[in-house]
Amino acid sequence: MSLRTIDLSLSRNGARILSGVSLAVEPGHVLGLLGANGAGKSTLLAALAGELPADGGAIELDGATLARLPLRHQARQRAVLPQKPSLSFDLGVHEVVAMGAYPFPELDPVEVDELARAALDLAGVPGLAPRRYPELSGGEQQRVQFARVLVQCQARRVPGAPRYLLLDEPISSLDPKHQTELLRTTATLAREQQLGVLVILHDVNLAARWCDRLVMLGGGTVVANGAPDAVLTPDNLRAVYEIEADVLPHPTLPGRLLVLPR
Amino acid sequence: MSLAPASRLARPGRRAAPPAVLAGLGVAAVLVALLAALSGAVHIPLADALRVLAAGATQPDDILWRNVLLDIRLPRVLFAAVAGAALAIAGAAMQALFRNPLAEPGLVGISAGGALGAVSAIVLTAGGFAATAPAAFAGSLLATGAAYAVGRRVAGVAGLLLAGIAINTVAGSLIGLLTYMASDAQLRDLTFWSMGSLAGASWPLLAFLAPWTLLWSAWLMRQWRAMNALLLGEREAQHLGFALVTVRYKLVVATALIVGPLVAATGGIGFVGLVVPHLVRMTLGADHRWLLPASMLAGALALTLADWLARIVVIPAELPIGLVTSLVGGPFFLWLLARGRRF
Repeated sequence: MSLRTIDLSLSRNGARILSGVSLAVEPGHVLGLLGANGAGKSTLLAALAGELPADGGAIELDGATLARLPLRHQARQRAVLPQKPSLSFDLGVHEVVAMGAYPFPELDPVEVDELARAALDLAGVPGLAPRRYPELSGGEQQRVQFARVLVQCQARRVPGAPRYLLLDEPISSLDPKHQTELLRTTATLAREQQLGVLVILHDVNLAARWCDRLVMLGGGTVVANGAPDAVLTPDNLRAVYEIEADVLPHPTLPGRLLVLPR
Repeated sequence: MSLAPASRLARPGRRAAPPAVLAGLGVAAVLVALLAALSGAVHIPLADALRVLAAGATQPDDILWRNVLLDIRLPRVLFAAVAGAALAIAGAAMQALFRNPLAEPGLVGISAGGALGAVSAIVLTAGGFAATAPAAFAGSLLATGAAYAVGRRVAGVAGLLLAGIAINTVAGSLIGLLTYMASDAQLRDLTFWSMGSLAGASWPLLAFLAPWTLLWSAWLMRQWRAMNALLLGEREAQHLGFALVTVRYKLVVATALIVGPLVAATGGIGFVGLVVPHLVRMTLGADHRWLLPASMLAGALALTLADWLARIVVIPAELPIGLVTSLVGGPFFLWLLARGRRF
C-alpha cells in the first residue's frame, strides 16, 4: 500500500526535470520533500497528483498505474494542496471547504457540514466559516485550503482503505505559530488515521521536527532518502542547498536534529 | 451552520440567503410578466383580463382583449422570459468555463456564427424567418464547433478563447462582405436582425424552445460542482476528480445548444448573458448551486422588463429589444462598477 514512483523520468517542454526518481508515500507516515528552488519538487508532486504522465518509469497508487485510474477514483483516495491557490471568485469559506467532499456525492449535506466544521477546527480556523474567502488574509486562505483537503482525506471512511495527502509548501504564508500547528495536525492525522503524507518544505528544521522520512532532490534526482538524521548531514546540505551548516542533536527534543547554517 | 454572533452576520461582505433571493426573484419575475402582459398599445385591466381568460369573451372589447392576451402578449412574455433565462445561464456557464467574470456566450463564436448564418440567409436567399432562423442556428453551431475543435489543440482554456476570437473576426469580416453586397431592403432586414427582436414569439415556437431550454438548463445546473471546482483552479478541479476536457466539452455543448436556437429566433440580444450573472454574483456570491437558478430567474425578469420597455416607450411602434438591453444595461453596469463593488 503506497503512492509511489519507480525510477520516474519526466520532461516538461522538452527539458528533463526528473530522472530516476524512486520514492514511496506510505500510510501512517509523513514524508518530507526537500530541495533547492528548481530541483523538481513541485513537478514530482504534480506527477503524484496525476497531472503529468511519466516519460519513463512508473507512478503507482496501491499497485495500480496511476494514469489508468479515473480522476474521480484518484480524488477519492488522494487530496492535493497546490502551492498557490488562485481562487478570486466570491465564495464563502464554508463552500470552499465543503468542496473537499465533491468526490463523494454519496454524502448527505449534514455529513458534509460536519466534515467541514471538523476540518476548520483542525486547521485552526473554526471562526472563519461564515466569512467570504476573498476577504481573508493570505495565511487564512492557506489554512482554509488546508481544511478543504482535510475534508477530502476524511470523507473516505472505508476501514483499512489507504488515503494520501500531498502538500506543496503548505506553510509558506503562515506565521511561526501556525506553521507549527499545521505540521503538528498533519503529523497527528498521519499517525492516527493512517494518512500517507508528502509535504514539500523549505525549512529544514521544521522538516527534521515533523517528518518521519525525508527525500532530498537535487537537479532532478534523489540525493538522499531516509530518516532525518541520515538525510540532514552537512555534506547533503552542501550538495543540495550550497550552504555550510552544523547539524546538532536538538537540545530539548530527544531524537530530533537542529540545523544551523553558518 | 453554527450560530454566529450578530456582529459577524452584519459584516458587509456577508451575502444574502440564497433561498430568499430565489423566492424574491421568482415573485418579481411573475409580477413583471403580469405587468408586461397587461400593458402596451392596448391596456387591459387585471380584473378584465382574468374575466375574459376564465369565462371567454362575447363583447367586441372582450374578444379583442382575449386575442391580444392569448395570441400576442402571453407568448411574447413567455418568450422573453425563456430567452432571458437561457442567455443568463449560458453566460454564467461561460464565466465559469473561462474562470473570468467578463466572459459571455459570444466569446466562443455563438453570436457571430449565428449572425453570419442569418445575414447569409437574408442576402443570399429570399430571407424571412423560415430561412434566417435555421441558417442562424446552423451558423452558431458551426462557429462554436470550429472554435472548440481548433481550440482543443492548445493546452488549457486559452486555446478555446483564441480560436473564438479568430472565428469572431472571420465571421465579422464575412458579415461585412455580405453587408457590402446587400441591397437596400436587405440592409434594413439585417440591421434589424442584429438589433434583436422578440416579435417572432408564437405558441409553436415556444412549444419547442421552452422545454428545450429548460431541459438543457437543468442538465447544466447539475454540473454546479464542476463549475465551482473550476473557480478554485484548473489543477484543483482535477484533484477533485473533474476531468477538464470533459467539463469544458459539456459546458461548451450545453451553451451552444441553449443559445444557438435563441440567437436564431431572436437575433442579437446583447448584454444579458454578461450582466445578469454578474448582478446575481454580487448579491449571492459565486456558488453555482445558487448562481445558476438565480441567474435564470433574473435573466427572465430582466428580458421581460426590457421587452416591456421596448414596447411601451414609443407606442404604437416598438424599439428593437437588443437596443434596450444595451441602452439600459450598459449605463446600469457602469454605475455598478463606479460604486466599486467587488465581484
